Amino acid sequence: MPRTARDVVFVDGVRTPFGKAGPKGIYHETRADDLVVKCIRELVRRNPNLPVERIDEVAIAATTQIGDQGLTIGRTAALLSGLPKSVPGYSIDRMCAGALTAVTATAGGIAFGAYDIVVAGGVEHMGRHPMGEGVDPNPRFVSEKLVDESALFMGMTAENLHDRFPHITKERCDAYAVRSQEKAAKAYANGDIQPDLVPVSIRNTNPDVGETGWGLATTDEPMRPGTTMESLAGLKTPFRPHGNITAGNSAGLNDGATASLLAAEDVAEELGLPVKMRLVSYAFAGVEPEVMGIGPVPATEKALAKAGLTIDDIQAFEVNEAFAVQVLAFLDHYGIADDDERVNPFGGAIAFGHPLASSGVRLMNQLARRFEQRPDVRYGLTTMCIGFGMGGTIIWENPHFEGGK
Amino acid sequence: MSTTELLKRAAELFPGEVVTSAHVRHLDLPLQAGKLALITLDNGFDHTKPTTFGPGSLAKLSEALDQVEAEAADGKIVAVAVTGKPFIFAVGADLKGVEVLKEHSDALAIGKGGHDVFKRIAALPVPSFAFYNGAAMGGGVEVGLHCTYRTVSTGVPAFSLPEVFLGLVPGWGGCTILPNLIGPSKAIKVIIENSMSQNKQLRGKDVFELGIADAIFEPADFLEQSLLWASKVLTGATAVEREEIDRGKAWDDAVAWGRLVADSKVHGAAPAAYKALDIIQQVKDADLQAGFDAEDVALADLIMSGELRAGLYAFNLVQRRAKRPFGAPDKSLARPVTKVGVVGAGLMASQLALLFARRLQVPVVLTDIDQERVDKGVGYVHAEIDKLLAKGRISPDNANRLKGLVTGSLDKATAFGDADFVIEAVFEEMGVKQNVFADLEAVVSPTCVLATNTSSLSVTEMASKLQHPERVVGFHFFNPVAILPLLEIVRAEKTDDASLATAFGVARKLKKTAVLTKDAPAFVVNRILLRFMDAIQGAIDEGTPIETVEKAVLPLGLPMSPIVLLELVGPAIALHVSETLAAAFPERYTVSENLGKLVKAGKRGFYVWQDGQQVLDPEVLALLSFGTTVLTEEQVLARALDAVAQEIGLMLDEGVVGEAQDIDLCMITGAGWPFHLGGITPYLDREGVSERVNGKKFLAPGLASIPA
Repeated sequence: MPRTARDVVFVDGVRTPFGKAGPKGIYHETRADDLVVKCIRELVRRNPNLPVERIDEVAIAATTQIGDQGLTIGRTAALLSGLPKSVPGYSIDRMCAGALTAVTATAGGIAFGAYDIVVAGGVEHMGRHPMGEGVDPNPRFVSEKLVDESALFMGMTAENLHDRFPHITKERCDAYAVRSQEKAAKAYANGDIQPDLVPVSIRNTNPDVGETGWGLATTDEPMRPGTTMESLAGLKTPFRPHGNITAGNSAGLNDGATASLLAAEDVAEELGLPVKMRLVSYAFAGVEPEVMGIGPVPATEKALAKAGLTIDDIQAFEVNEAFAVQVLAFLDHYGIADDDERVNPFGGAIAFGHPLASSGVRLMNQLARRFEQRPDVRYGLTTMCIGFGMGGTIIWENPHFEGGK
Repeated sequence: MSTTELLKRAAELFPGEVVTSAHVRHLDLPLQAGKLALITLDNGFDHTKPTTFGPGSLAKLSEALDQVEAEAADGKIVAVAVTGKPFIFAVGADLKGVEVLKEHSDALAIGKGGHDVFKRIAALPVPSFAFYNGAAMGGGVEVGLHCTYRTVSTGVPAFSLPEVFLGLVPGWGGCTILPNLIGPSKAIKVIIENSMSQNKQLRGKDVFELGIADAIFEPADFLEQSLLWASKVLTGATAVEREEIDRGKAWDDAVAWGRLVADSKVHGAAPAAYKALDIIQQVKDADLQAGFDAEDVALADLIMSGELRAGLYAFNLVQRRAKRPFGAPDKSLARPVTKVGVVGAGLMASQLALLFARRLQVPVVLTDIDQERVDKGVGYVHAEIDKLLAKGRISPDNANRLKGLVTGSLDKATAFGDADFVIEAVFEEMGVKQNVFADLEAVVSPTCVLATNTSSLSVTEMASKLQHPERVVGFHFFNPVAILPLLEIVRAEKTDDASLATAFGVARKLKKTAVLTKDAPAFVVNRILLRFMDAIQGAIDEGTPIETVEKAVLPLGLPMSPIVLLELVGPAIALHVSETLAAAFPERYTVSENLGKLVKAGKRGFYVWQDGQQVLDPEVLALLSFGTTVLTEEQVLARALDAVAQEIGLMLDEGVVGEAQDIDLCMITGAGWPFHLGGITPYLDREGVSERVNGKKFLAPGLASIPA
């Protein structure tokens, strides 16, 4: 049967405000699946032209698929959101790149013709499901030295990256982190972030944490505006004595969810759905698990090659800031300055937080905002490093592009 | 007295209160609408223990209002909102706190205390919102009525002003504000009609459609959407429009209609509905404060009334005692029931088969003496299932499942060999029933429970010829079995605990109110009803006009007159039970000759319908013979009540049931006797009948009366 690949577009994306994991975090008494539900419902509400029965798949990622993140959360969240029972769903796991993979997997399905419209997103409630909950690594990893023991601990892999690139100093990382906070604060002041946030009702019954009763989460809890080099200098380096990685130059432990709406371009057109980005190519690549932070480099190489583009064609970057060192390793590879204005212009995970499997769509929301504001930019990319030694990159085209000025 | 002092004193009277906290939390509204103080009502337990208001809770809410009042005055907040813990908004006054009140002044303070606190919400200098997120009743509904605006969740399963049902009036603003918000006729529907129709509950959608709530949202993000809506209202993006209220003749007509509704239910016998209607009439002039004052007085008067105490007692019986049957053996002794047999395929047997299949969801096999009867019985059940399907009460899959469950057979051995519970509903004759049981024993397993639906025969005698009489129980349903909740479970002389526990287990799954009774003639409800009827029929037979008799019992506010009841039960059945009782207790029960004639002539009752009117049937009158003794209404009532009081006294002495409460529970759930009578013993106690007849009251003071 003859077949034509279809273009895939990013119609819309939303997320919950991100919270700090743990008993004092805003979502301590909120279920992970409820966070996803708020996102899906907001997507539907924001896109009244979308006939919900036309959604062909709901792909939701979570790293720890246990309890309120288990039970095939893509399906349960679809039902809990009030989508028709005829709409199917499934769960995805590629750790930090969960939502990114939800997008690529379903986008592949759209291009192939299996889907017209999908919901793709992710969630991680690291307060309810701490990293490593219930894991059972095969002993062969150690006995056969398949990976270094540090590979399982992301902070240690980041320290390893410093060993590989000694020219990336802690000072550079801290300076990068300070800029991330500054850019995030500025983006908030300009209203660049809030339009894609879904307010979430939050309950607190613990008077030690603050006011009790129902409240409303409307902003990202982890942000630390006013962060300075001095305030970062004294922080502990929990992964290595006298090391480089601190809570200040890496993303924290967070709770949050995201969801996006993707469609075949012709279907979006037919239904009058907005197009924020057009998918160009994507790729995943593996690296040594001990230095997983370098993953975005080979992934980006592959994605560029598939698109027939070079790094010079990319004028907008959304790089997940799991660790500043991992962003800087990527930038160094391509000879991009630490403070290049094309990179994470609205701040990144160091400021907003990084609820593992949800983060991919946050990057897309911010890239879409950049595209909207910069019709002179044609191509952009979203990229992230992934546990156990991987990277994932998606290259997007700006539908608002007005030709090189 | 200040509100604080008032509530402090009230709280001292009610040390056991589960206090509801009023948590104040501040949040930034969407759309830059400003800061809102959100009050969450939460008693600290999960949804299985709903949030209530007692004096301590009102004091907490008052403190919260102190805080938000000051913040509003200082311009720190732009609005105040009230919502509840998950699944529950608030279910109103803590009734235990009402039961302990002994003084009219304290009762008055409860009403005033509530008003004093709730009124402050309306008086805030900023707009207020109620977000009805879950179940809301009574004072819970009323706290929201004092707010400027309301939203409701489509997921709200129960929303009501149940005060009149219990014997109160909505006295924290309900009678006054609701008619002024949605108009008198809708308000009367909620306050009077629903309340008096077995406390019918509204759902979220109804609350919105009645205009009580200004907006409605789905549960998944109810609070988020309510807050967004509030922001739109506050910023002027959304305008709230409400229906204009007709304060002319329409208002009076609505109240007049309300009186008709009340009359049709209690015939003037219980005061609550009428007091509520008086207040609704009064607030036609929109003078809210005068309405609140009237509510305080009405509430206090009712709290001190016997009707309310009886109502609360009755409520506790059906809510609590019904769930933990008195004297039932430990649940753990019950054997599982995975298949049910029904002997007989007549109308009663078929109704039972349907009920068992629907509730137990296990195979049910009907047997009878020939295939034609079996087919008819199964056909009836399948037709009833189709009716349920047509009404949308069950799904097509469910209908298929139920039809598959109900089958018929002539081969008892195969049909009942693996059954755990077999009930007989054959002709009411001892010999017939004994033979049925003997046949069954030959084919069923040694532990299979054998139950009888007899209404008056001795269960012990029925079991007497069996090898295993310990497995026999009485299982007496009330017609119509799908509607009346009562199930009298009879322990015969040799019934063992395991069989009895199994019977109670089945009753629970059938969602019936099970009451344990001794194997005594006609058990509980029929014995009392027949004694009552005996007195009434006696008065008629002796010469008192039927009209007088009908009027005589009106002060009881029974759901129907005894004459209509006779018609409903059927004179033949009444005659049969009457014969049983007369044989057992010839000194107290007589078999009315007139009743015999009625049955012989095949008449359904004394009345016929003529031009939409109920009139005495001249043919019946011609048939019967009457004496010449004419009693007054008072004499008839006294005679009937004395008879009932005497019989209940004897039944308790005989140990027919464990306690007088079980008698009342039976009369409420099996005969539909009203809450304001508390079943019947609270009424007999408060009217002095118990003491006149038995020399003592049935119930300890405070149980269904003002505590000593």
